[in-house]
Amino acid sequence: MAPFLTIVLRDVRIAVRRLSEAANPLLFFIIVTTLFPLALSPSTDEIREVGTGVLWVSALLSSLLALEGLFRSDAEDGSLEQLMLSPVPLGVTVLGKIAAHWLITILPLIALVPILALSYSMPITALPTMFYALLLATPTLSVLVALGAALTVGLRRGGAIVGLLVLPLTAPLLIFGTRATDFALHDEPTAGPLYLLAALAALALALGPVAIAAALRVGIE
Amino acid sequence: MELRARELSVFRGERCLFEGLDFELRPQQLGLVVGANGSGKTTLLRVLAGLAAATSGRVTWRGSAPDSLPLEHRGEIAYRGHLDGLKRDLTVLENLRFHASIWGNATDFAAILQELALGAVANVRVRHLSAGQQRRTSLATLKLCAARLWILDEPTTNLDSDGRGRIIGWIRAHLAAGGTAVIATHQPDELKQSGTLLVEL
Amino acid sequence: MRLPRWFHLLGSPPFVYALAGKVAPWLGAVTCVLLAVGSYWGLVVAPPDRVQGEVYRVLFIHPQIAYVSVMAYVVMAVAASIGYVWRLKLAHAVATTAAPIGASFTACALATGSLWGRPTWGTYWQWTDPRIMSETLLLFLFLGYLALRAAFEDRDKADRVSAILAVVGVVDVPIIHYSVIWWNSLHQGPSIMKLDKPSIAPEMLTPFLIMVVAFTACFYWLLLNGLRGEIVERERDTRWIRQLVEGTRG
Repeated sequence: MAPFLTIVLRDVRIAVRRLSEAANPLLFFIIVTTLFPLALSPSTDEIREVGTGVLWVSALLSSLLALEGLFRSDAEDGSLEQLMLSPVPLGVTVLGKIAAHWLITILPLIALVPILALSYSMPITALPTMFYALLLATPTLSVLVALGAALTVGLRRGGAIVGLLVLPLTAPLLIFGTRATDFALHDEPTAGPLYLLAALAALALALGPVAIAAALRVGIE
Repeated sequence: MELRARELSVFRGERCLFEGLDFELRPQQLGLVVGANGSGKTTLLRVLAGLAAATSGRVTWRGSAPDSLPLEHRGEIAYRGHLDGLKRDLTVLENLRFHASIWGNATDFAAILQELALGAVANVRVRHLSAGQQRRTSLATLKLCAARLWILDEPTTNLDSDGRGRIIGWIRAHLAAGGTAVIATHQPDELKQSGTLLVEL
Repeated sequence: MRLPRWFHLLGSPPFVYALAGKVAPWLGAVTCVLLAVGSYWGLVVAPPDRVQGEVYRVLFIHPQIAYVSVMAYVVMAVAASIGYVWRLKLAHAVATTAAPIGASFTACALATGSLWGRPTWGTYWQWTDPRIMSETLLLFLFLGYLALRAAFEDRDKADRVSAILAVVGVVDVPIIHYSVIWWNSLHQGPSIMKLDKPSIAPEMLTPFLIMVVAFTACFYWLLLNGLRGEIVERERDTRWIRQLVEGTRG
C-alpha cells in the first residue's frame, strides 16, 4: 500500500507543477462539447437527445488526450526502468500512475460534466446517474488508454496510433454509459448498465496492469 | 552471492554484439567492461540487470535470472545507466526521498548530499542543475539502497575530477564491504585493482 | 514433460515451410471445388425464399465470410500468444500472416452485408444493426494490430507488443459483441432482427454448410501460402533459405 501511495503522491506532485499540461484535456473537453451544437444545429428538443452522446464521446477523447503520454516522461528520463527494477511490483506502479492521473485530469472532467449537461438541457434528475456512470467507466477507460500508452512507449511518435488501438476497445463502455444516462433521462431503471460498468471496471483493474506491465517490459528493452 | 553468465549471446536483428560470454563474479570482485562505442557494453549491462533479454545463454544472480528475481531480492541489484532516473520537476531532495521510500532505506540525506557537493542545491529542481550535478544526484541514490551488486554504465561521465574521485572511492568501499560491481568504462585503469575481471567486447 | 517429436518439428521453419507447401495446394483444390459446388447450388439450384425472394442468396456468402473473419482474429490471437509465451518465431509468423487475411475477410463481410442491406433495409448501411457495428469494430481491431506492427522497426518487439494487443482484443471481442447486441435490443424491442437467418429449409442448409467449409478452407489456404512467404522473409539470411533459392535458380 505504501509504495502505491508514494507513487501516486509523486505523480500528483509533478502534475501540480505542470498544471497547464493537466488543464489541456479539460479545455479540450469543453471546446469539443461546444463545437458539437455548432456542427449539428439541433433544435431545443434535439439538443437534449444528442447531449448524452456528445458528452460521452468528448469525455472519451479527452481521456485519450490526457493519458496517452502516461509513461513517456518516465521512459525518457529513466525513472521507469528504475521502478521496474525496484522491489515494487510493476503492476502496482502502473496502478499508482493511473490513479494519480485519474485524480488530476479525469476527476475534474467528471466534475465539469454536470455544468455542461445542463447546457445541453439535460434534466437535473439525470445528472447523478451520469455522474455514477462516469465514475464507473473512467477507471476502465484509463486502464485501456494506459495500455495503449504502454504498447507505444518505445516509439517516437507513438501517441498518434494510441487512439486507433484503444478506441475500438472502449465501445462497450460507451454503450453502457450512454444507455445508463439515457435511461435516467427517460425515468427508466438504470441499475443494469451501471452494474455492467462496475463489472468491466473490476475486470480491467484486475487484469489490465498485467498486460500493461508486460507491454512496458517489451517497450523498454 | 554470485553473478554468473553462461554462454551469453546477444544479437540485435542480424548483428552479433557478443556471443559465448562466460564469467563469474564473486563478492568483492569487480568486473570491468571495455570496448569501443557501439560494441555492446550498454546492452550487456542491461542484460545483466534484467532490463533486456539475451538471445541465448543465461545470467543468474544468486541462482535466479535477474528479470525474475523474487521481490525481496530485487533490492540487491542497483543499475545506473546513461539515463539519470530522476524526475526533472522534483527537487534533488524529493528525488532522493522518493528513491529511498521505494528501495527501502531511509538514511541521512544531508550527509550524502554533502559528500557529493550537492548540499547547496538540495532544494533545486533537477531541471535547473548542470549535467554534472544531475549525474551526481543520480549516483547519490546508490547509497540509499542496500544493493549488493552495482551495475554502472560509464558512471564517471560528466563528472569533474573531484566527483570522479568520490565515486571511485564509493565503488572501492562497496567492494571492500563485500559487494560486487560490473562497470562499463573507457578508463579501466582508474578502477582496476587486484582480482578485477576484464571483459573486452 | 517430454514433448512429442512433431511438436518440436512444428517449431522448425524449414519443416513447416515444406509441410505448408505440400498441404496448401490440397486446400486450394478443396476451396475451389467447394466454392464452385456451393455457389452453383446456392445461387442456381436452391429455390427462392418465401420471405426475401432471391436476395436471400447472400446467405450463402455473407455469414460464412463473417464467421471466418472472427475465426481469423482468434487464430491470430492464439498464435501470437503461443509465440509470446514460448518465444516461437513461427507462431508469430502465423499471427503476422493471419492479420491482413482476417482484415480482408472482415472488409468483405461488411461489403456483402451492405449489399444485402440495400434491398432489405433500403440503405447500404445501418449503424444501429449490431452485426454491422461488431464487424466494423473487428475491422478496427485488425487495423490497429497492423498499425502497431508497422510502427516498430525491430521485428521481435513488434511481434511481442502486438501479441499483447491481440490477446486484449480477443478478450474484448465477446464483450463488444454482447454489449452491441444488448444495445440493439433496446431499439428493436422484442421483435426479431430483420436480418435474422430465415428458418433454413433442408435444401438450403446443405449449400450453406458447404460454403462454410469452403470459406474456412480458403482462409487456411491463404494462410499457409502467406506463411511460406513470411517464413522466407524472416529467415532470409539463413543457410537453408539460401540453399533453397540457389536450388531453384540452378
